[in-house]
Amino acid sequence: MKNWYKILSVIFILYTLVWGLLNPVPRLDILNETIRNVYYHVPIWFAMLFMMTVSLIQSILALTKNNLDNDTKAFNAALVGFFFSLPGLTTGSIWAKYTWGTWWTFQDPKLNGVAISILIYLAYFILRYSVDDEMKRARISAVYNVFAFVMMNVFIMVLPRLTDSLHPGNGGNPAFSQYDMDNNMRMVFYPAVLGWIFFSFWLYNIKNRISFIKNKLND
Amino acid sequence: MILSLIKKEILLEFRQKSTIGGVLVYVIGTIFVSALCFKGRLDKPTWNALFWVITLYTSVTISGKSFLKETGGQALYNYLHYSPTQFIISKTIYNMVFMLALSFITFFFYAFFIKNEVENLGLFFVVLTLASTGLAAILSLMSAIASKANGNFAIMSILSFPVLMPLILVVIRISKQAVDGIEWAGVGFNFIGILVALNVLTIALSFLLFPYLWRD
Repeated sequence: MKNWYKILSVIFILYTLVWGLLNPVPRLDILNETIRNVYYHVPIWFAMLFMMTVSLIQSILALTKNNLDNDTKAFNAALVGFFFSLPGLTTGSIWAKYTWGTWWTFQDPKLNGVAISILIYLAYFILRYSVDDEMKRARISAVYNVFAFVMMNVFIMVLPRLTDSLHPGNGGNPAFSQYDMDNNMRMVFYPAVLGWIFFSFWLYNIKNRISFIKNKLND
Repeated sequence: MILSLIKKEILLEFRQKSTIGGVLVYVIGTIFVSALCFKGRLDKPTWNALFWVITLYTSVTISGKSFLKETGGQALYNYLHYSPTQFIISKTIYNMVFMLALSFITFFFYAFFIKNEVENLGLFFVVLTLASTGLAAILSLMSAIASKANGNFAIMSILSFPVLMPLILVVIRISKQAVDGIEWAGVGFNFIGILVALNVLTIALSFLLFPYLWRD
């Protein structure tokens, strides 16, 4: 059964799409029904972070083993991660319009962090396209990827913890912290996280296969 | 070995008087243009933001060049004679010293032409020091990458702006405290801690990653 994660991802995502809208949720101030966004917005970000981590690991492997396949994989993982950042932004932005009253705000370190990490990965893609030699491209882009990943994590993980964030769960906002998220919600949230991560991994494998077939055809 | 490399950098910089003069004229010109645009009507947050924007652009322009001259025969010579870690450490130290001098000069002219809004000067100088070393460390590695990627200036800024953002945001926050004249007891020392940590982290990463950029 090497396709188990694909089947699970379909089942989990369908389940969260249906049950995520039907199940009872706790009534919290401001959030109310919009708390259901936790089932979609947060798991998509987790999937993106997962793909970025895969990209980092493949970049490190590309550097240490000097292998072009790892470089291709790192690029594909970054591409899939970047792709996941778009629905992550959209769901967050729509949610923010109805709870914070604005599409985008510069007050929140997480929003700034996301914008910066998207810029970092765009820079990574541009760097890749500006070098022609394959081995050289693999090394240079891997170095940038490792450095950028660390900086992105400083931004996403560390800075928001030092200042108040508008995000639920931070700075005294009501949220899905371990006290607010009841068992009904956990029943949807955890499968949703797994489902989207499996889905991102599936996309990543498809992208890899396409790249390797293309490479073979070119040879 | 590291010292001799730094000495070489300094000698090269001062032998080519056009670069060092160019840098000074660039900084003063930028500040003068901003002074004319704002005509002294700056409040404190704007003063702070403008100062750091000017410093950011100057540092990217200056540090962008630091690896660009190491191409062709020069690169081959370096490759044969020095180890990559010695090379990146000496480049980083040199850039740090250069950026330190430059940011203090920038501050002097900024205070002279526009005005000096800083009330806690000691704190501001601490921030200025840590910011210039951090900028120099990050930009040295970015310049090494950009020089390998055909070394045009656009690549340099595209690569560096996003990775500089964590540093710049922390810097702006503490610098705002210095401008507002917050007493030492109320200063956000955890932010200064982050700045130091970012410096150390960047140097450690350059140390680990630069050897992979070394070979062509």
